[in-house]
Amino acid sequence: MCDTCGCGTDSHDVKISRPGEEDPVGSIDSNQPGHGRDHSHDHEHSHDHGHSHDHGHSHEHDHPHDHDHHGSSTERRIRVEEDILGQNNLAAERNRGYFEAKGVVVINLMSSPGSGKTTLLEKSIVSIKGKRSMAVIGGDQQTLNDAERIDKAGAPVVQINTGYGCHLDAEMIRMAVKKLDPDNDSVLFIENVGNLVCPSLFELGEQVRVVIISVTEGDDKPLKYPTIFERAGLCIINKTDLLPYVDFSLEKVKSNALTVNPNLRFMELSAKTREGMDQWIEWILSLKPLN
Amino acid sequence: MHELSIAISIVDLAVKEARAASAASVSEVELDIGMLSGIEYVSLEFGLKAAVRGTLLENTVFRINRIEPLAECQQCKHLFIPTGLFIKCPECSETETFLIRGRELQIKSMLVE
Repeated sequence: MCDTCGCGTDSHDVKISRPGEEDPVGSIDSNQPGHGRDHSHDHEHSHDHGHSHDHGHSHEHDHPHDHDHHGSSTERRIRVEEDILGQNNLAAERNRGYFEAKGVVVINLMSSPGSGKTTLLEKSIVSIKGKRSMAVIGGDQQTLNDAERIDKAGAPVVQINTGYGCHLDAEMIRMAVKKLDPDNDSVLFIENVGNLVCPSLFELGEQVRVVIISVTEGDDKPLKYPTIFERAGLCIINKTDLLPYVDFSLEKVKSNALTVNPNLRFMELSAKTREGMDQWIEWILSLKPLN
Repeated sequence: MHELSIAISIVDLAVKEARAASAASVSEVELDIGMLSGIEYVSLEFGLKAAVRGTLLENTVFRINRIEPLAECQQCKHLFIPTGLFIKCPECSETETFLIRGRELQIKSMLVE
């Protein structure tokens, strides 16, 4: 927990950087108490103690005590009934408001490590240049490698390094967006940490979730990891150029995914050879902000 | 392995609630955590041990209610205990089922002074 302002988000040793900025690998030190290193979040952020969230619960101070718990008579049980992810959800809604005001369409890209998220983005940036403004927020435990690739491809990018963290959360996105300052009416891709489990629980303020699965992964993936497929709007099946070499059934993966999410849409492509990329690019260009 | 993140959120929320209730100490935090919430109980307990260090909740007991899931088939209305998410109805094999409970992730109550 942050010793300066009492918030919990700093404990992930999160670093937010642009390509070319100091490589965070050398400066992460989770044993350091307080703020020996740069404290990237500002203090007028959402963890204010004015108890601003409205919810229906009440603090019942005069309800009948059960006296079987030993202790003084001033001990009382307060009913809380508050969602643990409520704070993150609230932060996600705030992000959403910001994105809507600027007309930015935000896509949360999720998959296991190595399925081709970064390559897909690199190729997409080249195809979209000049037609629509595009920006990227990358997420990895360490390194600016992905951000450097995106930067080379020609899109503004900011990298979040989570340290020991396994997912991105809404507060990290809020900080990254501040640094990135995306154009109005642009498309913002959040390349989540490669992980099929944790990211699904954390709302970021995105408009749509896109899950990528590659043909080298096994067509029963959607059944084994249902939560990440459950709330996705689009499923990209990548590396189709490798289909002749693997035992992967396109029909099976689709029917498995549809069990978990009957509204899921699919696109089959190869980011490497660009086969099937046109439908994806068309989809990006036609995205409209919600309002 | 996001349980540490969840544990930190629990501690943050509990401290906020304690302050709002003008409490000086918290002897117990009661949590409702559904068996299908995606939270691993042992990992969460481990995470809580780390998350409470240096906070108001350092000596607080965490009582975790493991909420058993209950689903209702949308076709035949049969009630059953699903063993995971997206389980078919054992009576009629229908895939459209509604989860009545089992994905909770909340602080139910706190014992404060």
